[in-house]
Amino acid sequence: MDAENVIELRQVSTRFGAHVVHDGIDLTVRRGEIFALIGGSGSGKSTLLREMILLHEPNSGSIRVLGVELADISAADALALRLRWGVMFQHGGLFGALTVTENIGLPLREHTDQTDRQIDQIAAAKLAMAGLRPEVGAQYPAELSGGMLKRASLARALALEPELLFLDEPTAGLDPESAGEVDQLVRTLRDQFGLCIVMISHDLDLLWQTADRVAVLADGKVQGVGAMAELAAMDHPAIRKFFDGPRGRAAASSPDVTKWNPGEPTRSNPGFRRAASGLPIPPPPLEIPVLRRPAWKPK
Amino acid sequence: MPAIAPNPAAGPLTSALARLGMRAAAVFEQGVALFAFIGECAVAFAGWLAHPARIRWRPILFNIRGAGFDALPIVGLLAFLLGIVVAYQGADQLRQYGANIFVADLLGLSMLREFAPLITAIIIAGRSGSAYAAQIGAMSVSEEIDAMRTLGIAPLEMLVLPKVIALLIVLPLLTVFADVLGVFGGMLMARAQLDVGFPEFLDRFTKAVGVTDYLIGICKAPVFAGIIAVVGCFQGFRAQGGADSVGRQTTRSVVQAIFLVIVADALFSIAFSALGL
Ligand SMILES: Nc1ncnc2c1ncn2[C@@H]1O[C@H](COP(=O)(O)OP(=O)(O)OP(=O)(O)O)[C@@H](O)[C@H]1O
Ligand SMILES: [Mg+2]
Repeated sequence: MDAENVIELRQVSTRFGAHVVHDGIDLTVRRGEIFALIGGSGSGKSTLLREMILLHEPNSGSIRVLGVELADISAADALALRLRWGVMFQHGGLFGALTVTENIGLPLREHTDQTDRQIDQIAAAKLAMAGLRPEVGAQYPAELSGGMLKRASLARALALEPELLFLDEPTAGLDPESAGEVDQLVRTLRDQFGLCIVMISHDLDLLWQTADRVAVLADGKVQGVGAMAELAAMDHPAIRKFFDGPRGRAAASSPDVTKWNPGEPTRSNPGFRRAASGLPIPPPPLEIPVLRRPAWKPK
Repeated sequence: MPAIAPNPAAGPLTSALARLGMRAAAVFEQGVALFAFIGECAVAFAGWLAHPARIRWRPILFNIRGAGFDALPIVGLLAFLLGIVVAYQGADQLRQYGANIFVADLLGLSMLREFAPLITAIIIAGRSGSAYAAQIGAMSVSEEIDAMRTLGIAPLEMLVLPKVIALLIVLPLLTVFADVLGVFGGMLMARAQLDVGFPEFLDRFTKAVGVTDYLIGICKAPVFAGIIAVVGCFQGFRAQGGADSVGRQTTRSVVQAIFLVIVADALFSIAFSALGL
């Protein structure tokens, strides 16, 4: 076991009845990186994520998260492990009966013996960290927009100061502006707080902007792993599907990618990596530029 | 659990057979799953007994209020009406034989032994069992149950055990309340239709109805409570997909709970008659 590896999957196979979803998956996620899983609909990304967070058991294979083998884990170990990671669900998964502040405070109330006052303070801090205004705290999830729900869910996932963060489709269903803010947030979390982030995404913008390494899932196997630019150079048909076609090209050439300042050459800085790796330059822009921030939106 | 692969059928005969087989397999699968669920609940409950500090009192009290106190008006009203109906139906027959006073026997035995526990269970199945299924079902489809697990909170301890325990406490009490109001309704009817005054009625009632009859009715209530709470929660957890599945599971929970309550009641009758009670 390499201490640098936060998650290790070895020969993971999953079946639902006769339907084989994973057929021997090997993956490693390293400390401090932003790792993304991509793949077509039904390729088993969510299932793989659920297996990593102890919500589903694979039929065979081994999964180690934060150095702990998940097969046959005891209830006490499972609890200890669950408190070391945070999960943002695709639809938020916030408790409808509780306000946002109560939602964020719930894990603290359950697992720490802090006073209500302290918990409310922490909840307010996490709310601000996720980019929500303080008055959102008193609202119920049903009163929030899709983007606010995701942010509130992220705030809750951060409540227990996790080492590892799982995000299921963090930008799906968001307007381009909110999606751009999520990109920023994900980068900030990693750069400032050193979190390791595993995410599922179809959002090519998000992937180009944030992911250090991306794994492509198809036909029950990992078809390729690497930085976006490396993947863009691969020939595998399952991978090509993502990069060819107007959406793939537009994302690769969106102004943000080229504008993104490589900045300080830190190991974890994706912009730096991309610029320093000397990898192929993203495909040329389409004639019709796809704007992330429509001109009619107020700045 | 091995899934039974649906085989695309060729003709109408095979398709009818295939459907029958699939239905049977689905019923069997559900039965097995229900037993597994009961087993998990029992393990969780044993965990609470071993570590009483883990018991979640707030949801228990909350559920006692919701399923018990808030249900008093409807349970009382329906039991009262049922008492009136039973006395009214008996009145004609009894008058023919001049056996008016035996309305107390009829009412006391049928209400205390059968009708009060049954009507209470049916009302609570429709009122609370459906609410349990809808609540848990909505939480399942909106990923709240998964979120709960990842936050290190066991859904069985947070959602199921408090409901089961609350209903186990509340249903016998509601049954007593239904006993009282049902008999009271019958008493009013007996006075109006059969000229049996309250003192005579109560005098005969104490002679005709023993403590055993009362206890027989009450001892069914916890069994019915267990059925209603477990079936409601179980069907809620089986909701998956979208909101329509929550509705389907809720309907299913009520139908199954009432079905099982009546089956259990019939088994009680058989058992009591075998025991000569
Ligand atoms: N509980 C389940 N029972 C049966 N089959 C399931 C279950 N969960 C997932 N599957 C099947 O497993 C396959 C992979 O599902 P999964 O949700 O992991 O896909 P995905 O890659 O996340 O797709 P999407 O991008 O659409 O979210 C699908 O074919 C799905 O039908
Ligand atoms: Mg998915």
